Amino acid sequence: MVTSVTSFGRSGLSDWMIQRISAWIMTAYVAFMVCYFVGNPELTYAQWAELNSSLAMRMFSLVTILSIAAHAWIGMWCVLTDYVTLRLVGPKATAIRIFFQLGMIAITLLYVVWAIDILWGI
Amino acid sequence: MDNKRPVNLDIGTIKLPITSYVSILHRVSGVVMFFAVAVLLWMLESSLASEQSFNELGALFANPVCQFVIWATLAALAYHLIAGIRHLIMDMGFGEDSFAAGRNSAWAALILAALLISLITWWIL
Repeated sequence: MVTSVTSFGRSGLSDWMIQRISAWIMTAYVAFMVCYFVGNPELTYAQWAELNSSLAMRMFSLVTILSIAAHAWIGMWCVLTDYVTLRLVGPKATAIRIFFQLGMIAITLLYVVWAIDILWGI
Repeated sequence: MDNKRPVNLDIGTIKLPITSYVSILHRVSGVVMFFAVAVLLWMLESSLASEQSFNELGALFANPVCQFVIWATLAALAYHLIAGIRHLIMDMGFGEDSFAAGRNSAWAALILAALLISLITWWIL
């Protein structure tokens, strides 16, 4: 079995499964948000803040940002390992890819911390 | 790793089927979404920080540059979501038994995404 130290779940099957579970969670979140905005065309700050400060909504948003992080990590890993290769980029490919992978991981973690800061700062 | 392995499929030299374009656009929209998450989080933060920032964000929606950024974010999200749901439907065992079914669902995803993006454009303008 081929494993990679920079993939999210350390195995293709695990990454595949996580990609699907996180996709379902994000789809549910988008569906909820679209219904909420369509149902509340004259949304006020008080309504919006009340919704997002409820425990249920905080948990839903937290699970969604964690899904975004895992999903993005797996997706960006696929793209980087497919295109930033020795064949397409040349001899420096590995160094360039590791640089972008670390950058991608840093941005992903930043998103998670930022989201938690927003959600628990209301 | 052995870098002298032969490349059996050089996609630069072959005519790509519609499924390839749908797949490549799925990747492109995914990479766009990776950066667009920052836009969504910024909007979430502004909308929740205070009533004043909530109202300021509402006023920003009239600015053409902001409208374009929001449009691009939502358009990428709409495409990525539809192309992703196509995969989830295939995971459940539908439309994955023939190349024809794959091509049909690729076209369906493209058309549905185009309709959704039109709706988003109409909603923003």
